[in-house]
Amino acid sequence: MKILIPTPLRPYAAKSDSVELSAETVGQALSQLTSAHPDLRRHLFTDEGKLRSFVNVYLNDEDIRFLSKENTPVLDTDTISIIPSIAGGCCCCPCL
Amino acid sequence: MAGSVATIPALTNEEILRYSRHLIMPEVGMEGQLKLKAAKVLCIGAGGLGSPLALYLAAAGVGTLGMVDFDVVDFTNLQRQIIHSTADVGRPKLQSAAEKIGAMNPEVELRTFETRLTSQNALELFRDFDIVVDGTDNFATRYLVNDACVLTGKPNVYGSIFRFEGQVSVFATENGPCYRCVYPEPPPPGLVPSCAEGGVLGVLPGLVGVMQATEAIKLILGAGEPLIGRLLLVDALAMKFRELKLRKDPDCPVCGQHRIITKLIDYEQFCGIRGEEKPVENKLPEISVEELKRRRDAGEDLFVLDVREPHEYQICNLGGYLIPLNDLPKRVHELDSSREIVAHCKMGGRSAKAVEFLRQAGFTKVKNLTGGITAWSERVDPKVPKY
Repeated sequence: MKILIPTPLRPYAAKSDSVELSAETVGQALSQLTSAHPDLRRHLFTDEGKLRSFVNVYLNDEDIRFLSKENTPVLDTDTISIIPSIAGGCCCCPCL
Repeated sequence: MAGSVATIPALTNEEILRYSRHLIMPEVGMEGQLKLKAAKVLCIGAGGLGSPLALYLAAAGVGTLGMVDFDVVDFTNLQRQIIHSTADVGRPKLQSAAEKIGAMNPEVELRTFETRLTSQNALELFRDFDIVVDGTDNFATRYLVNDACVLTGKPNVYGSIFRFEGQVSVFATENGPCYRCVYPEPPPPGLVPSCAEGGVLGVLPGLVGVMQATEAIKLILGAGEPLIGRLLLVDALAMKFRELKLRKDPDCPVCGQHRIITKLIDYEQFCGIRGEEKPVENKLPEISVEELKRRRDAGEDLFVLDVREPHEYQICNLGGYLIPLNDLPKRVHELDSSREIVAHCKMGGRSAKAVEFLRQAGFTKVKNLTGGITAWSERVDPKVPKY
């Protein structure tokens, strides 16, 4: 199955826009993703290992919060999308 | 939802001719055009998204258009904020916008609000309009707009962009989700994308802003299928459009079954206090651009480290050794800790992080160039372009 990496997170995933993985649940897939790209971890998960609330994860076109969250089963033909909130504008960081 | 059509006088002959291409379409027709004339739409922002949005709503014959923006036109806006022109640089955006909208369609009643949208004025502002279109550029205002829309019962036509990607949806309708249903919390300041990965394709707010105008018009007409409960994602580089399902969250604090947010809050605080990132607290060793010039001219052995991105280096540089900030951890061995190192970036923020990192890695002779290459351009060598 494929995980689509959104633009804001690509710098932390070796600039890839998608990653191919083999996993049985969404949780496993995300875990494999952050093992392969450790810099991604803090952008996706809190220190306690919870998915961050400004990042949504979709299995195909459904939000996993309304499925079985990280336990949602995944098929080889599925696509997981990571959709962070974006606000446009130049940037939200102070003076860079 | 829109103002009563019966109280709007019939279209003049001139208006009939102006809107003829709408009138001859069954999806709009005379009835639809009268709805547009009766409608009152408030655009928050007269920038990238607001530019095409306001122009198209005015062209379509929206009777009352409100615009909120406190900013002035900057030269760097012109790459994408097409309602403004070169001659407008330095003018308030609303003055510039009002002129172009008035020229294009004098029939539109334009109400401008040259002010920052705040928790103190939002509710009152929104009450006079039927639909709010969010063309803002920061999280705090997005949450403010969303909450104010839910509290006043006005649909929120949402659009946002990042580099070459966009999102569009319609929030805060009675049975649909609101922005908080989808994103209960904003990212903490330390985790939003940095300027190194910033920039925006000029055409992108054009694409997304016009989609927002389209949704607003559909809501007014009651035609087609608006993006309620749907998130449209656009990747302009791949020119791919995708759609994801959005659902109303029954536990949403502002629009759910047990509402705990019943008035507007302090949104700056909401967006700022979530940070788990500690700001760089200790005073970092710094060097001014003047001192750097003086010491370089004196032939001192200074190693200038540039932590910007390669494409920035191509715009202008100080001849520094380029290691982009994100690559620093794995390329730190290329640096000689016995030498005095001056780290710089565009404005001093990224290089401050670099200095912090290097000090933690044991470098004792590293300083941050305050103000970055921008300060160098302003105070040492104006031939170096600013960007």
